[in-house]
Amino acid sequence: MRLANIGYLGVKEFRSLLRDPIMLVLIVYAFTVSVYTAATAMPETLNKAPIAVVNEDRSPLSWRIVSAFYPPYFMPPDIIDQAEMDARMDAGLDTFALDIPPEFQRDLLAGRRPTIQLNVDATRMSQAFTGSGYIQTIVNDEVRTFVQRYREVPEMPVDLALRARFNPQLNKSWFGAVMQVINNVTMLSIVLTGAALIREREHGTVEHLLVMPVTPFEIMSSKVWAMALVVLAATAFALTAVVQGWLSVPIQGSLPLFLAGAALHLFATTSMGIFLGTVARSMPQFALLLMLVLLPLQMLSGGSTPRESMPDAVQYIMLAAPNTHFVMLAQAILYRGAGFATVWPQFLAIAVIGAALFGFALARFRRTLNTMA
Amino acid sequence: MSPISPARVGDGEATAAPVARLQEVTLRYGKVCALEEVSLDIPAGCMAGLIGPDGVGKSSLLALVAGARAIQEGQVEVLGGTMADARHRQTVGPRIAYMPQGLGGNLYPTLSVAENLEFFGRLFGQDAGERARRIDRLTGTTGLRSFLERPAGKLSGGMKQKLGLCCALIHDPDLLILDEPTTGVDPLSRRQFWELIASIRRSRPRMSVLVATAYMEEAARFDWLAAMDGGRVLARDTPAALLHSTGTDSLEAAFIRLLPEEKRRGYRAVEIPPRPEDGEGAAIEARDLTKRFGDFTAVDQVNLRVSRGEIFGFLGSNGCGKTTTMKMLTGLLPPSEGQARLFGQEVDPHDLVTRSRVGYMSQFFSLYTELTVRQNLVLHARLFRVPAAGIPERVDEMLERFDLAIVADSLPGALPLGLRQRLSLAVATIHKPEMLILDEPTSGVDPVARDSFWRILVELSRRDGVTIFISTHFMNEAERCDRISLMHAGRVLVTDAPDALVEKRGAKSLEEAFIAYLEDASAEASAQEAGQSHEATMLDSGEESGGSPGAGGWRHLFDPQRMMGQARRETLELRRDPIRLTLAMLGSVILMFVMGYGISLDVEDLSFAVMDRDQTSLSRDYTLNLAGSRYFIERAPITSDAELDRRMREGDISLAIEIPPGFARDIARGRRVEIGAWIDGAMPTRAETVRGYVQGIHAHWLATKAREAGHGEALAGLVNIETRFRYNPDVKSLVAMVPAVIPLLLMLIPAMLAALSVVREKELGSITNFYVTPTTRLEFLIGKQLPYVVLSFLSFLLLTLLAVTVFGVPLEGSFLTLAAGALLYVSAATAMGLLISTFMRSQIAAIFGTAVLTILPAANFSGMIDPVSSLEGTGRLIGQIYPTTHFLTIARGTFSKALNFSDLHAAFLPLALAPPILIGLAAALLKKQER
Repeated sequence: MRLANIGYLGVKEFRSLLRDPIMLVLIVYAFTVSVYTAATAMPETLNKAPIAVVNEDRSPLSWRIVSAFYPPYFMPPDIIDQAEMDARMDAGLDTFALDIPPEFQRDLLAGRRPTIQLNVDATRMSQAFTGSGYIQTIVNDEVRTFVQRYREVPEMPVDLALRARFNPQLNKSWFGAVMQVINNVTMLSIVLTGAALIREREHGTVEHLLVMPVTPFEIMSSKVWAMALVVLAATAFALTAVVQGWLSVPIQGSLPLFLAGAALHLFATTSMGIFLGTVARSMPQFALLLMLVLLPLQMLSGGSTPRESMPDAVQYIMLAAPNTHFVMLAQAILYRGAGFATVWPQFLAIAVIGAALFGFALARFRRTLNTMA
Repeated sequence: MSPISPARVGDGEATAAPVARLQEVTLRYGKVCALEEVSLDIPAGCMAGLIGPDGVGKSSLLALVAGARAIQEGQVEVLGGTMADARHRQTVGPRIAYMPQGLGGNLYPTLSVAENLEFFGRLFGQDAGERARRIDRLTGTTGLRSFLERPAGKLSGGMKQKLGLCCALIHDPDLLILDEPTTGVDPLSRRQFWELIASIRRSRPRMSVLVATAYMEEAARFDWLAAMDGGRVLARDTPAALLHSTGTDSLEAAFIRLLPEEKRRGYRAVEIPPRPEDGEGAAIEARDLTKRFGDFTAVDQVNLRVSRGEIFGFLGSNGCGKTTTMKMLTGLLPPSEGQARLFGQEVDPHDLVTRSRVGYMSQFFSLYTELTVRQNLVLHARLFRVPAAGIPERVDEMLERFDLAIVADSLPGALPLGLRQRLSLAVATIHKPEMLILDEPTSGVDPVARDSFWRILVELSRRDGVTIFISTHFMNEAERCDRISLMHAGRVLVTDAPDALVEKRGAKSLEEAFIAYLEDASAEASAQEAGQSHEATMLDSGEESGGSPGAGGWRHLFDPQRMMGQARRETLELRRDPIRLTLAMLGSVILMFVMGYGISLDVEDLSFAVMDRDQTSLSRDYTLNLAGSRYFIERAPITSDAELDRRMREGDISLAIEIPPGFARDIARGRRVEIGAWIDGAMPTRAETVRGYVQGIHAHWLATKAREAGHGEALAGLVNIETRFRYNPDVKSLVAMVPAVIPLLLMLIPAMLAALSVVREKELGSITNFYVTPTTRLEFLIGKQLPYVVLSFLSFLLLTLLAVTVFGVPLEGSFLTLAAGALLYVSAATAMGLLISTFMRSQIAAIFGTAVLTILPAANFSGMIDPVSSLEGTGRLIGQIYPTTHFLTIARGTFSKALNFSDLHAAFLPLALAPPILIGLAAALLKKQER
């Protein structure tokens, strides 16, 4: 093995990348626009939820309740009659239907505790749960304010002071921006190395390298370091310029520590890219494989939804993926300001997985060289 | 050589109207001008040839005549009508047969010989009996009958071309257009190929044949020739007249003479000085070298000995094992048996020292097109460990010697083939190797550039004493070698000096000697193949040729048989492509698992810990209330603020509760107390859910306590809000997500597969079969769509089964309604893919384009997350017409809402309209010609 060869070939990778406009656009897009849109386009939990009201009371109070629903959380309510309600819910037109019974206001003032029925289309998960909470609060508030004009309402003696740590406003763009960077680190590192290998294979240049005094280890290492470096530099840029600068998302922990983790992660994912590059015989095949590999990696790593909510089997299997640990590490460092003392287990896990992937990919690369040449 | 030309030019009938007439035809690809104001009359009823090296416009001209490519400027008349007219093309389509360039360019490599022929037969409307008869006859004549079941991709070069010819001839054309049909084919197969054409012409004398070729020896036997260079026709006449007018004795020389002055400048014939006596020892030695791939023996016990300083030629057809042998000699491939020695040392793939003594140049240009000429040279110098100090000097020397100095800073991709090959040679020799292994370095290079390449080789050999091991198809190149080996079917037939070989066989030329050896070899291999009588089984058609195509009426526009032909072929191809098949069958299942669990919004088993500063039974009761819920799991209590901070930072707990001192006492006295709750806000969605849970549990605890204290009424609230979570009473993510994921997946994957099926053909070139056969747009599109509709429907059944069994999502409503909706929906999805394919050129673009164009509207605008009714503007408009919206309503309706057709019919109408509209659009946009 000659380090110099790994160096020369790595520089060659940079030059090739510079001549590949599509990949360059992809890199720039992934670390700027894509991060920005992910941060700003993260939908609020409740956004213009369609609600209908069956107003059988038609009292001042019931109209007051109707007018309490307005954008951005709710669409202005449609006033419907009871007969329409089921059909509209069946057709998926409304997520919520509130049925205010006749004589509601009178019963309330008489202290009879009338019942309002709230129908929720629970197939719309994103709106159903939080939305019904909001509606309950809104109705209770309106009713309380209304009743307080007539008599005193007793208060609860125990308060619950809820505070969110690390992101007090629960601002979704903080989460979206950083997670997009993390997802793109994985995506780009696999795409760049895989595509670099397949391009060589399609152009027959792998064969050319092999008749030279160059070993497969050198060829593979050169791609790994070159592409990892590109992605690492882009990550550093995205976090400082886009996330901290453009989007003004605060980063709690140490950026160098995170980048060290990212470098380790890139070692693993670039190896994975090489591996996929040996499995696929052409770019189209690579692209199809990519879909089947990348989506599970990203969606099940805990980066988009919490790991706790996945079945145990999925959680255990995903422990073998470098992403899972990288997401844990990134969330700990970037959101919670954790130090190395806290995240060393993840560093260790990624290093082990990375070494295994590298070894595996190298073995496969050696074996398939015959068929490439 | 024998080919008989039944109709000589000047035989009276042939001088009648030309079969094709070009007037002022110009064709550009971007800025490159392929044809420049070409005017040419191609005589009918004879063998007409286009000669000239690669890239001079021959293929473009043939594609125009065949109607495969759209005319840009000028006029092209073929068989009595203009090819600019789509109706004329449709009418004459069945009378023209076109065999594009490249070995098996019009074939489907994964399909067997019989399947390929069947497909073409169906395209021309032949019924099963007629197909069987014709296939039997054609394969009998060509000797392909014993290989009917072999995939076309696994045939040898010569057999591929014969099969291509059979496919072209299956419908008895009047004009046969062959684009370099014999490039890369061994001389014997070449001769058989031309004999086949000659005998076909004997049985159908009125058939015109138009051939492009780079082999001047072949062209010499045609009736009429047009010499082309740089997009122009240099001369046109009979071969004899061309020789006469240029005063030369060979067509090759005549062609060089015809070239414009600036191209001929610097041309010298190649002269080879005699070789000094054999150098000491052998440079290459192969003993019983054998290579097997599976049960196929590519190289069979090859023995070779090349001495130092020798130019050793290696001849044989494509796929006869030349390249494999060369790869074993360079150590690229380990031999299965036997030994290869370079400079007396056994070839060891891990021995990097031997590699630096050898220079290798592969069959295809394989340098980095992203690096400039100079950067390529520098990189290779470094990798070959040329001392760093010497590199600039060495690179300059190579640029000088190989005449590359003026292009040193350009990218190789922009250079002509001849220059690129010279660059390859420069790179292969940058480290002053003692031996060069060159695999068909001059294929496709024009004669002038080829000779200048050879002059460098000769200099390397004679001046520097480099051993050169070279493979070639060109006989005049073979004649320049010191010794040559003939290889056939993995075996070396003979090795000797070219003159000696000719003498030994008593032949007139090296080519004849070569053919004689090949005939001996194949005689023993397959007696029955050669034994077939060509004449007896020759096409005696003519009378039945009019029967099949263009039967008129509506079948002219839409023939179900042609459509089924497309569908059948697509199915066969798909079945033999593991990655696409996996995606089609398992892709949606894998993605269903991923999305089912990945998009889940349920949060359970959250870890929390309590810092209880009160430690009374009441505070413990509060804790138990939390721990008892199914959402939370209690961890070890927290003892200090520092610990709380640390454990939240580590992500050990996502909720911390702090109960203040004097909690119980204060409540008892009716004082206000405040419980602190810290939520990990790192993941905001999860934090919001946690907040909701904690508030709910807190309120519940308060209500319980109040009731216990006896003032429940006052605290229980003024109204009772009765929340009914309909369709999904437990508010489970899976129940909500699974019926929504099915429509998303049934859009994404079917659309992508359908788009790929068309774009693949564009990329691989087999789309030409659509351009030049009577297949109409609708037949092509619907034929391609059918297999994917079936496959996607199976995928739907599988997904539904998974949803009900593995995910436990009950199907409450009518399955038939759901299935009917799914059938319409996958038809719409595949039609969408076909529509997308009409404006995509590469498979990569098709994959990403389809992903973006389907996922975005399906996931964002179709009510998967936010209902369409909460959207505004364009998003809402897209949502209202996009098929996913309607199928989502059907899927949710049948899965969760227990609905059936009568409740959902409103969603069916738009879904039923989508496939015909989309297919119609795709047909309108699909090009029937290449542009």
